[in-house]
Amino acid sequence: MSKFLEVENLNVSFPTEDGLVQATNEVSYSVGLGETLAIVGESGSGKSVSNLAVMGLHNAGSTNISGHAWLDLPSGRVDLISAKPEELRALRGKEMAMIFQDPMSALHPFFTVGKQIAEAWHLHNTGSKRAGLARAVEMLDLVGIPDASKRVNDFPHQFSGGMRQRVMIAMSLINNPSLLIADEPTTALDVTVQSQILQLIKDLQKEFNMAVIMITHDLGVVAEVADRVCVMYAGKIVETGGIDDIFYQSVHPYTRGLLASLPRLEQSSLGHRLLAIPGTPPSLINLPNGCSFAPRCAFAEHVGSGLCTSTTPKLELKREDQWARCHLGASDVSRISQLQIGATING
Amino acid sequence: MFNFVVRRVIYTLILLILVSISVFYIFDWIPVDAARLICSKQCTPALVEANRIRLGLDVPVLEQWWRFMQGLFLGRDYGQGAAAFHCPAPAFGYTFTRHQCVTELIAKTFPVTLSLALGAFFLWMVVGVSLGILAAKNRGKFLDKASTVFVLVGTSLPTFLTGVLIIIFVVLKFNLIDPLQIGNWANPFTDPVGWLKAFFFPSLTLAIAYAATYTRFTRSNVLETASEDYIRTARAKGLSEKVILRKHVLRAALAPLVTMAGLDFSGLLGGAIITEKIFGLDGLGSLSVKAVFQTYDLPIIVATTIIASAFVVFMNLIVDIAYAYIDPRVRIK
Ligand SMILES: Nc1ncnc2c1ncn2[C@@H]1O[C@H](COP(=O)(O)OP(=O)(O)OP(=O)(O)O)[C@@H](O)[C@H]1O
Ligand code: SF4
Ligand SMILES: [Mg+2]
Repeated sequence: MSKFLEVENLNVSFPTEDGLVQATNEVSYSVGLGETLAIVGESGSGKSVSNLAVMGLHNAGSTNISGHAWLDLPSGRVDLISAKPEELRALRGKEMAMIFQDPMSALHPFFTVGKQIAEAWHLHNTGSKRAGLARAVEMLDLVGIPDASKRVNDFPHQFSGGMRQRVMIAMSLINNPSLLIADEPTTALDVTVQSQILQLIKDLQKEFNMAVIMITHDLGVVAEVADRVCVMYAGKIVETGGIDDIFYQSVHPYTRGLLASLPRLEQSSLGHRLLAIPGTPPSLINLPNGCSFAPRCAFAEHVGSGLCTSTTPKLELKREDQWARCHLGASDVSRISQLQIGATING
Repeated sequence: MFNFVVRRVIYTLILLILVSISVFYIFDWIPVDAARLICSKQCTPALVEANRIRLGLDVPVLEQWWRFMQGLFLGRDYGQGAAAFHCPAPAFGYTFTRHQCVTELIAKTFPVTLSLALGAFFLWMVVGVSLGILAAKNRGKFLDKASTVFVLVGTSLPTFLTGVLIIIFVVLKFNLIDPLQIGNWANPFTDPVGWLKAFFFPSLTLAIAYAATYTRFTRSNVLETASEDYIRTARAKGLSEKVILRKHVLRAALAPLVTMAGLDFSGLLGGAIITEKIFGLDGLGSLSVKAVFQTYDLPIIVATTIIASAFVVFMNLIVDIAYAYIDPRVRIK
């Protein structure tokens, strides 16, 4: 059975003056209706770029895209990557919607929120201006904006950050899309507001049985919403699996590094220091052979004969329903990390 | 919004009063004695004093200003006794060298200046804005490069050179128009063709530099706006590129142009000295230049200075209100 969205071997690159920036490399992921896929990774790992490609929001003239992104519509499967711009435009806002990181700048400052929300409705429905505005009020109400029938005439700058993100959600969901891509929707918000927005997305997902892609670099967010997780590093997916597998039995050293950098109460009481992964991601221009993570990987020395720097690992099935891009097997990784933790405690 | 407008209007009135007072102080302060300069060859101290009284310069500056304002609203008598002249409201002064109410001179020259300014404004807005948009839409392509050349040439050519070049080519080389028709006042309502003939080339001259600046400004604003997050949002909604440009990009990109255009236009209403000179137009600019250099005709100089600055102050008001109407973020504060 095919999932609602299936991204297959997606490559996105940007020709620049310094060379070809390979922003995503053979990226594949999928998400079903009612399911939430979290995509995590450091800044610049290609999370936004791959999903903007799915939405068809890259500048066609200055972006090279290859691969597929199948959308499983009732009318048949559509490949978003090879679809004509007009075809794609008809799907945007109707079958798939996207919300962005910074709600402060994502709304047009010169139009009332009602107008902006209604505009999305009019694009894919026929109806009077009043009907559009009524729909906008309905949506604002749904996303929890108090006094929606009044606020609909306000301008974006009259709302707080969290409220603006609610407005964005109202706008993106007005046509009942089956796929919602949320690109770090809470990063720019206060902590308390963050969880409210996440809860709202979760509730709406349940109500409308949507497929949700949650892009984030915050594992806390992942823990809160995700069913499945994709970990990205330097334009590639390095590990993917179910939420529990990723959190409790991760195979890839990078995922383990990310998890180790999470502050945990039990750990700090044991006197463990917070482990940030030392080093920075490589440049995406002319990536060398071998594993992109090798220069930062604490496990590389345990892999024989310089394999990590000479041979690029493939995304392989390591445990049931869990893939990782690493030369090590699942059992090697746990064994080595036991050794290392022992070393930290003794040393 | 209503409060905003009221506040702006009051502020403008205060500004007008302060500006007009400053004009009187400035002309009092500069070390040029109008009363002596308009005195004939056989000048005596008594004659100078008489001139001073006729010009109304014998009273304190503030009183000079007050009389001027009274004249504007009520009309005013100039000179004394048998040599007294009355100018009806709005009286901008009386020139003793030309023996005319200044208002009459202004009424004759202002339509010329206004025609020139309107023509130029129209040309540069149409050319500058559309070229800017086209250049942005075709970024990096031929049209964009061509517009860059236009911007470079337009902004670096001084007006007098553009004017002379236009005269050389249009009149002397290609004989497109009888030079006598250029600048020859014609009523635009009764004789639109004559008016066009009179003002097209002078307006074009004046417009070229502005058009270049506006092209550059529009282009960069459109490009900048097009990369804003809210344009990506518009695209994510499924809007077509055409609507995105027309509705979302241009609205935000052209808003700052309102301010710029209003102020540039009001600046021209005080007279475009060089262009008027090249084409022999009798506008406000020529009027003030003649008043300064030929006779030092202070009443004319004061009147044109005050008019020119009043235009700028007024246009500031209009532009502020218009901008608040366009950009809701300004309105609320
Ligand atoms: N238009 C572009 N031209 C050139 N390079 C680009 C372009 N857009 C993105 N990139 C590069 O592609 C890489 C991936 O960017 P992307 O925005 O997907 O990162 P991200 O994972 O979303 O990170 P963040 O957490 O910062 O949002 C980055 O190195 C970025 O510099
Ligand atoms: S392949 Fe080697 S370098 Fe890459 S993550 Fe695995 S162990 Fe580390
Ligand atoms: Mg991003």
